[in-house]
Amino acid sequence: MILFILKRLLFVIPTLFAVSIVAFAIIQLPPGDYLTTLMADWASQGGAVEAGTVAAMRERYGLDQPIYVQYYKWMAGILTRGDFGISFELGQPVTNLIWNRLGFSFLLAFLTLCFVWALAIPIGILSAVRQYSITDYSATFMAFFFLAVPDFVLALVAMYVWSTYFGQSVGGLFSAQYIDAPWSWGKFLDFVNHVWLPVFVIGIGSLAALVRIMRANLLDELSKPYVTTARAKGMSEFELLIRYPVRLALNPLISTLGWILPAVISGEIIVSVVMSLPTTGPLLLRALLAQDMYLAGTLILLISVLTVIGTLISDILLAIADPRIRYQ
Amino acid sequence: MTGPADKELLLQVKDLRTHFPTRTGVVKAVDGVSFDLHRGETLCVVGESGSGKSVTARSILQIVDRPGRIVGGSMNLTRPDGTVTDIASLDPRGRQIRAIRGREIAMIFQEPMSSLSPIHRVGEQMGEMLRIHFGTPKPERRRRVIELLNHVEIPRAETAIDRYTFEFSGGMRQRVMIAMALACNPNMLIADEPTTALDVTTQAEILALIKKLQAEHGMAVMFITHDMGVVAEIADQVLVMYHGKVKERGPVRQIFHAPQDEYTRMLIGSVLKLEKKAEIRERRAPVAEDAPPLLDVRNLTMTFDGGLKAVDDVGLVIRPGETLGIVGESGSGKTTMGRCLLRVYEPSGGRIDYRRADGSVVDIAAADKKTLKSLRRDIRMIFQDPVNSLNPRKTVAQIIGEPLALSGMGRKERDARVADLMAQVGLEPAWRERYPHAFSGGQRQRIGIARAIAVKPRLIVADEATSALDVSLRSQMLDLLLQLQDELDLAYIFISHDISVIRYICDRVAVMYRGRIVETGPTEEVTRNPRHDYTRALLSAIPHPDPDDRRLQHRFRYAGASES
Amino acid sequence: MTDIQHLPPAAGVPAPTTSPRKGDIAVAGQWTLFWLKFKKHRLALVSLFVVLFLYLVAAFADFIAPLDPNATNATFTYAPPTPIGLFIDGSFAPHVEGLSMTLNQDSMRREFAVDPENPVRIGLFVPSQPYRLLGFIPMQTKLFGALEPGPRSAVYLFGADRLGRDIFSRVVHGAKISLSIGLVGVFLSLVLGVVIGGISGFFGGTVDLVIQRFIEFLRSIPTIPLWMGLAAAIPVGWPPIQTYFVITLIVSLIGWTSLAREVRGKFLSLRNEDFVVAARLDGMSEIGIILKHLVPSFMSHIIATLTLAIPTMILAETALSFLGIGLQPPIISWGVLLQEAQNIRAVSQAPWLLFTPAAAIVIAVLSLNFLGDGLRDAADPYESHS
Repeated sequence: MILFILKRLLFVIPTLFAVSIVAFAIIQLPPGDYLTTLMADWASQGGAVEAGTVAAMRERYGLDQPIYVQYYKWMAGILTRGDFGISFELGQPVTNLIWNRLGFSFLLAFLTLCFVWALAIPIGILSAVRQYSITDYSATFMAFFFLAVPDFVLALVAMYVWSTYFGQSVGGLFSAQYIDAPWSWGKFLDFVNHVWLPVFVIGIGSLAALVRIMRANLLDELSKPYVTTARAKGMSEFELLIRYPVRLALNPLISTLGWILPAVISGEIIVSVVMSLPTTGPLLLRALLAQDMYLAGTLILLISVLTVIGTLISDILLAIADPRIRYQ
Repeated sequence: MTGPADKELLLQVKDLRTHFPTRTGVVKAVDGVSFDLHRGETLCVVGESGSGKSVTARSILQIVDRPGRIVGGSMNLTRPDGTVTDIASLDPRGRQIRAIRGREIAMIFQEPMSSLSPIHRVGEQMGEMLRIHFGTPKPERRRRVIELLNHVEIPRAETAIDRYTFEFSGGMRQRVMIAMALACNPNMLIADEPTTALDVTTQAEILALIKKLQAEHGMAVMFITHDMGVVAEIADQVLVMYHGKVKERGPVRQIFHAPQDEYTRMLIGSVLKLEKKAEIRERRAPVAEDAPPLLDVRNLTMTFDGGLKAVDDVGLVIRPGETLGIVGESGSGKTTMGRCLLRVYEPSGGRIDYRRADGSVVDIAAADKKTLKSLRRDIRMIFQDPVNSLNPRKTVAQIIGEPLALSGMGRKERDARVADLMAQVGLEPAWRERYPHAFSGGQRQRIGIARAIAVKPRLIVADEATSALDVSLRSQMLDLLLQLQDELDLAYIFISHDISVIRYICDRVAVMYRGRIVETGPTEEVTRNPRHDYTRALLSAIPHPDPDDRRLQHRFRYAGASES
Repeated sequence: MTDIQHLPPAAGVPAPTTSPRKGDIAVAGQWTLFWLKFKKHRLALVSLFVVLFLYLVAAFADFIAPLDPNATNATFTYAPPTPIGLFIDGSFAPHVEGLSMTLNQDSMRREFAVDPENPVRIGLFVPSQPYRLLGFIPMQTKLFGALEPGPRSAVYLFGADRLGRDIFSRVVHGAKISLSIGLVGVFLSLVLGVVIGGISGFFGGTVDLVIQRFIEFLRSIPTIPLWMGLAAAIPVGWPPIQTYFVITLIVSLIGWTSLAREVRGKFLSLRNEDFVVAARLDGMSEIGIILKHLVPSFMSHIIATLTLAIPTMILAETALSFLGIGLQPPIISWGVLLQEAQNIRAVSQAPWLLFTPAAAIVIAVLSLNFLGDGLRDAADPYESHS
């Protein structure tokens, strides 16, 4: 088991390295850099910039150096000092800007995962055990429907419904009076009051997918011979269901965490833009549009790294749950 | 042996009917089956695939898979307290039937691997029996499970209890199943083909174990099997089934020595036919021993990527027109060896000298691509699985015509040849445009044979060519092969785990064990007077279809063959 | 144990007795069986027709849309949908209700009311400005429209937007881009997936290992940030057609991985099937085996996987365009249309801005998913489930 974890950890290192390269490559892709954007801005406002000033700024930000040197400096800063560079646009070190938002992003992702799993398993079981019943058909239809609705459309619809029929604005994770307030019972309640809608909107697509998977897994397991064996032991149908097929059907479900997590993160980003949540989504969009390279790069890097770690955790969970993988 | 009269009646099944409603109509899997089972007695239910024997067994516990349903009949079970319950009338999900399952009637299955959960420890799965029926507390349960594991002769029971099924060999898994079935001291054990997935030597061990335990516990055993040898070896009473109906029922001697029913006679006949050499071979003159060999294999070795030496220094000689049998159990390397001869697998060492029709000799192991292509027209292969070996997306004419087209034969000529070939293997040439799914297993195997002989080969490697077929079809297929051998002057390398098949058609036999050939010789000689201990053990483990000649109890055990 | 595993029937269910097989099933090839099995899946069958209908609408968008999707009309800013009526005073006269507009002085908003006095008569095959259908057939007729076109005779079936453009016409035209992005993207995925998956599965060993690790890596990156990063890299000044292709490339970047896995898996499992070994022994070359045995064997699976990939790409394009980093106006796609719905105040004033394109997306994705599901179920007609 320890060997298995070590092996997986060893595999994570090159993955993380590759992720950092991809993140850096993406922010290098647009022609020009932040200064070009800045100059274009100034030029559009009628101001002219001297070539000397630009060169000086280039040198200051290290933008005149070859790309691999820039990458090396960036990584070296991260690994030795925890320095992710500075945000050109906001004129602050990236570290000052991101942690709070990353925290909320992952809190949201975590809550969404809990929501998805807590509902997907019972609905999937019900759907499989009562195959071709009304329950099964409606679960299946709902699943297909919610797989077809883009999450941001769902967010917009929810906001529309709330503002039109309840006269409330939805958005953010807190009411105005709590945004900068320290944590308290009131703030917590306010948070719960705000957070359930984004969690629902982000999670419903993954929930639909997971219900389908759980149903298919369980139907597969229900026809396996060990179910007959357990029945021949004299076990009650309910105990049998929970103890054997459901237990086995959960294993492949654990491995779906590997792609559910990226999907939830993706959903979280775009829904956050629509519902203006204080998470990484809006910040990333803004940074990308402004070619604020270190900020955008850091966000892509950290989101991906956390996803890789999440996948690692799901692999380890699966190994704990399934001896066949552990003993390979 | 005691007759049924002086034993107490345990289960009386009357007119049992189990149906499977399907889209195309109702499948009457069990159609009016009646029998009695007495305490301490062994009832063998025998039949070919689709006979409904397994569904009969499952109906007793009401664990027939959906959409199967018991639609009629009664099953009167005498309970330990002397009362009688009709199992057929119980709710299949109810408390009453659950109290019978496992407690009074236990069951073991064909595939111990898939019949046990792969992710629960075996001790846990066994202990459940005790928890469900007796509410035994945990420490007590563990003690009892270890006792049971010892009882079925599983080594190191104290550690075995915490293992998973995939850590056991096939035979050991079946022992676990048996131990689990015995946990509550049932009155009756239903064994559904429990040894079919096992090698013969392991089968012998399991049969002996069931016999021993039956004697100790005084259980009645209902044993489902398709193997008449097993029936002769263990049965007191026999029930012959065909298409859901009982064809004949009676004491084992009567079934074997004086079968009344037509079908039973045919069944026994096809089994007994395979007990000796084929008639047309008895008449043929022996192949000249000094004829130059068609194929001369020396020091053939094949090592898989993982380092497993599947074929280890094998030497063989096949003469023209001869049939050489390769017999061995699973994992002996016989299939790998057969595939090496055609370079499906690349041998890692040795020579395979093949003498062409013109007398020149080539080493197949070293042949280049072009030579190999021409050699593969001289040496052909017949596969075990009639389903996987035919591409379902091609018509019969395309399948049989493929080697012809690839050797450059024109379309018209090919059509005529395909029709000839189909007629030759006993298929209607008018079926040429049909797809494999329209054919039964035996017919599909004939298509495979037609494909093999299409390019006029001189040697055919037949790998378990009859293993997937029911016994009544098996001898037909073997006769066809023998007939083709005479017509086309073929030599065969016939690979099989089934000694009766080997005895029927092979002139000589080579016994393989763990990648090596341990003994070679004329078939008669090897089967009558085996010289190697492994061969002796293998032969003595094969159940003999004669209830008066039960030998498993006195079988010879090979020290190297014991399972770990 | 593999030697004898096929010997007895699988326990439990009775083996189907050798039922008399009908002559026509006996000679039915794989596509016939595929179709027979697919037909049983009712929902998939209906979806097939819906999908065909949608693609027809996209192809003939110029003919179907009554108005120029880019024509602005300040009079009808945020005009509501106009319902169709069939009779006027008891006589058959298809029309839409006329609209009267007043300016609300308090909110400074235009308010529309149905004006029963001035119905706008509509008809089929009305004359129009000349245009080229499918880009090359000169036409001067539209499927339907106002019989007497004029600035005040508005036919807004699904309402109008901020600039008074007809939402119905825009959604119909948006179908061209949104649905074709799925197709083009799937085509790119197909090429990438089949080539890379085929290489991976056919060569195996180290090549396979490297490719599989690479795919695993690609799949572990959250898609939206990756797409956002890539899409944001497209220079603003690029011509629309170039942007379109780059966006397609970006959305198919992930799609090919699942296809590659599918192809590889099939290659690996089929490579050692007996019938493939038999073909090799018959003297068939490796390339012949691939083309004559392997590809026909997984063709149906590929079609199913491709169908299921189209909706993912449609959704991806929609998301990127919505965020403003995908396609940009004047290109019309469903995602671009949803940009107009970004402002929740605009939506509450004119909900059709959100619901019309959203409904189009949902119908397209839903029917493609049902279709793909049905195709996947039918993909292996030889697998018996009875």
